[in-house]
Amino acid sequence: MNQLGDRKYLIIGVFALVGLMFIARLFYIQVIDDSYKLDANNQAFRYNTEYPVRGYIYDRNNKLLVYNEAAYDLVVLPKNISKTDFDTAGFCELIGITKEVFMKKMKKAVQAPNSPRKESIFEKQLSPEDYASIQEHLYLYRGFSVQSRTLRKYPYKIAAHTLGYIGEADKGVTEKDPYYKEGDYLGISGIEKTYEKVLRGKKGLRIMMVDVHNREKGSYMNGLYDTMAIPGKPLTTTIDAELQQYAEQLMQNKIGSVVAIDPSTGEILAIVTSPTYDPNLLVGRARNKNFAMLSLDSIGKPLFNRSTMASYPPGSTFKLIMSLIGLHEGVLTAGTRYPCARGYPPLGGHPKCHPHPSPLDLNAAIGASCNSYFSYVFKSVIEDKKYHDTYKAYQNWRDIAMSFCLGVKTGSDLANELRGNVPSIKYYDKVFGKGVWKASTVISLGIGQAEMGITPLQNANLVSVIANRGWYFTPHIVKAIDGNSNDTLLNRFKVKHYTNIKDTMAYNTVIRGMAKVVESGTAAALKIEGIPYCAKTGTAQNPHGKDHSVFVCFAPINNPKIAVGILIENAGFGATWAGPIARLMMEKYLKGKITRPDLEKRMLEADLIHKDKLPADAAHH
Amino acid sequence: MREKSDKSIFYNIDWITVLMYVVLVLMGWANIYAAVYNEEHYIITDISQKYGKQMIWIGTAFLLALIVLIIDENFYTAFAYVIYGLFMLLIIAVPFLGREVKGSRSWFRFGDFGLQPAEFMKFATNLAIAKFLSNQNIKIADYRNTIITLLMLFVPMVIIMKLQNETGLAIVFVAFIFTLYREGLSVNYLLLGFLAAILFILALLVNNIFLFAIIGILCSLSLLFIKRSRTNLFVVALIGIVACGMVKGTSTVYEHLEPHQKIRIDVLLGRGTVDLKKEGYNVNQAKIAIGSGGFLGKGYLQGTQTKYDFVPEQDTDFIFCTVGEEWGFLGSSLVIILQLTLIIRIVFMAERQRSPFSRIYGYGVASVLFFHLTVNIGMTIGLAPVIGIPLPFFSYGGSSLWSFTLLLFIFIKLDSHRLQILR
Repeated sequence: MNQLGDRKYLIIGVFALVGLMFIARLFYIQVIDDSYKLDANNQAFRYNTEYPVRGYIYDRNNKLLVYNEAAYDLVVLPKNISKTDFDTAGFCELIGITKEVFMKKMKKAVQAPNSPRKESIFEKQLSPEDYASIQEHLYLYRGFSVQSRTLRKYPYKIAAHTLGYIGEADKGVTEKDPYYKEGDYLGISGIEKTYEKVLRGKKGLRIMMVDVHNREKGSYMNGLYDTMAIPGKPLTTTIDAELQQYAEQLMQNKIGSVVAIDPSTGEILAIVTSPTYDPNLLVGRARNKNFAMLSLDSIGKPLFNRSTMASYPPGSTFKLIMSLIGLHEGVLTAGTRYPCARGYPPLGGHPKCHPHPSPLDLNAAIGASCNSYFSYVFKSVIEDKKYHDTYKAYQNWRDIAMSFCLGVKTGSDLANELRGNVPSIKYYDKVFGKGVWKASTVISLGIGQAEMGITPLQNANLVSVIANRGWYFTPHIVKAIDGNSNDTLLNRFKVKHYTNIKDTMAYNTVIRGMAKVVESGTAAALKIEGIPYCAKTGTAQNPHGKDHSVFVCFAPINNPKIAVGILIENAGFGATWAGPIARLMMEKYLKGKITRPDLEKRMLEADLIHKDKLPADAAHH
Repeated sequence: MREKSDKSIFYNIDWITVLMYVVLVLMGWANIYAAVYNEEHYIITDISQKYGKQMIWIGTAFLLALIVLIIDENFYTAFAYVIYGLFMLLIIAVPFLGREVKGSRSWFRFGDFGLQPAEFMKFATNLAIAKFLSNQNIKIADYRNTIITLLMLFVPMVIIMKLQNETGLAIVFVAFIFTLYREGLSVNYLLLGFLAAILFILALLVNNIFLFAIIGILCSLSLLFIKRSRTNLFVVALIGIVACGMVKGTSTVYEHLEPHQKIRIDVLLGRGTVDLKKEGYNVNQAKIAIGSGGFLGKGYLQGTQTKYDFVPEQDTDFIFCTVGEEWGFLGSSLVIILQLTLIIRIVFMAERQRSPFSRIYGYGVASVLFFHLTVNIGMTIGLAPVIGIPLPFFSYGGSSLWSFTLLLFIFIKLDSHRLQILR
């Protein structure tokens, strides 16, 4: 019996051992292994995102440019759809799709990356009307629900390129910035992109507890860990909606760009890329269709933002800078005369020039936009003896040009800005060989041709610099964030940038020449009553076709309020098309009314895009 | 010899055991409340809810305990076989008289309440075995007595398994192996049983051809160490053939199991791919609930996994998940320790009995409780197959609570008369 009594120790040992094993196991799954906690949260919590209202966008006079309209996504949670009594036919009729489409969409909703247990969008962005009729009957169809989202709306239908558009975040975006989840909206271009963080606000999160049937059971910890959505801040732009609209009308049926800047502040008053499109087209369900349609226009390329993305030879505008550099370097005075023989004589008439009296002084040369004259100026700058070295002189010339924001980004708050180009020594060394090239090799730089390229925005900024006599504020499109013009994001637009030419005398000389253009020169027909202004007409030689029509101007001459740079592709002489449009814009902005309805009418009606498509005989007239 | 019952019925009662019982029962009640918590019926005594019903079960269980203590202790020895026979009749009758619940025909229903006679077979069998083995002329070492004892266990086991389709309730009878071991069952039997169990598991995990080869090699090797007489050769060959037969038999039985039983075995052994949405769901959800509890737990009534029905049968067989989730490692360890303390205390109490009947009965109580604890908690933390048996004193349900109460309090009653030798 005693022997048997000892057996109790083994029995107790087994009991205790099992207890220890269990406690060890519990320690492992409860304390060491975290995966169960994650699993628990994933299935018992539903993270409801609260989407903030995206910030509105206003023009400089507080006119509403962009607002939001509610849209409704129809979402589906496939596992909640009853297999037995879901009225497919009725549902298809309700939302207006065929059964095949329904099956296709359902298939998409259950397959990866979606899943029967995951909500996914079934039908995107129902209109408010559709929503109203669907909402009424939706309770009949378990598994479907409606999620409200906001769509951008544009009452003025202007400035499409500048405002930009929003789109859904894809995998690339979500991997880079975990703030976004796939399908979230974010700014893709324009202000929507550059001011994304301001406009978007901050998403809120509500943690709801759900039971095994996915029914909500109330908020987790009474909302202790919930965050409220913070609405996006409104932006006040520098755009003058009236002027922008007017400019877009004037530019219709023309390819090109106009940029108007207030030189005293660097604020962009109007920035037009033509052809443009109604920004409302890239919103809502029709967006993909419209986007494809706009992409198809290979001539007008309405989606291409020429104002900041197209590089044109600066052409005649650069002659103004050439004059400034010549005066600044002391190789040119207002009285310097150079001959012209339908071109630059030392190189046998290249670059070519149009017929005009010869020789001319600086003022007259600006007025006539003489190619020969400015080739001489360029040569004298590059071969300036005080540098002892052509390349040093070239480097100096290039540095000055770049201080006018040529070949460098202006640093504006417009999305996707092109740098433009002022060729470097290294570049020419590569093309022509080191020490081989000289002033005459690259002579057409003097008249803003050759490899030089600037964007219309840089062009307008150039005019600002001249109007200001040597400085500029970085051109920008937003003047206040949430009504606050002192927001730190805007600080960089309050820094005055000086060019390498600070001598106002040089500017005044050039400005006198520009004033003469309007008084008695090529823009004499474009005077504005009571407001004498400065201008320079030009043609930018276009190796691919007819010359571009170029016109730059600013007004008034003293304390300028508006500087305009305009370029119309393949439209020929500057004073014919570009000039009148710039003139009308300035008058509109400064006077608020138009005194030349004839000019206005001609510009509004001119169609420079489709003329080639007219019958042959009509085109010749 | 016999003490007169002039003393109170509570005389010599082991109050520590009673206290542990009460604590466990009340803890169970609190956890049932948490598991099926319903905001609309938040009063714990609301009898439309399971926690209200459990309150009634607990009340009646206490009453039952009292009755057990009042009844003369000799009643249990005298009527051990009668009780055994009576309940045997009941479990045979219930499939024909009772109603079907979840595929098993083991219930008598009285309105909202149900009773499962098979639950009571445990204490009845325990009484009968105690009675049989305490007979002074009976030695379990005698193989005939071993067979009789095993039959007393196997008959109710087979009836419950086959007639009522209640694997969980049937398998509990395996627990009596501890009693039998204590009472002198040869260690060789246990060793044999242990080897057989390993063979069963291997048969399911390892390719049978390999196993046959291994058995063959082992048998051949064993011949190197023993005298190669004709008898020994014959014995070794027999052992090899029996072992191979068991392997083949296991595989064959497995192939013929019900699909859901097969899956439970697969889940435990990690065979094949376990679909966490189907066959692996229960165990996975149980582990998630317990694992998410962390060290201190989420707090009472704060469990999301159990409260929101992710865990199935969270008030009955999976009640331990609620403990694990809301009370964390600390709480669940405490429950295990408390249960084991009670069980081990019962072992010690059994050892202090002068009457073999009381000792054998006490070991039966400890064995049954231990078996329930092991399988129930083992299943929720993925260490035992999913077999639907309740956690003693914790799980919702009147039959199990009553049955555990009877089981335990008969022993407490016997223990209060532990100085008596003769029964």
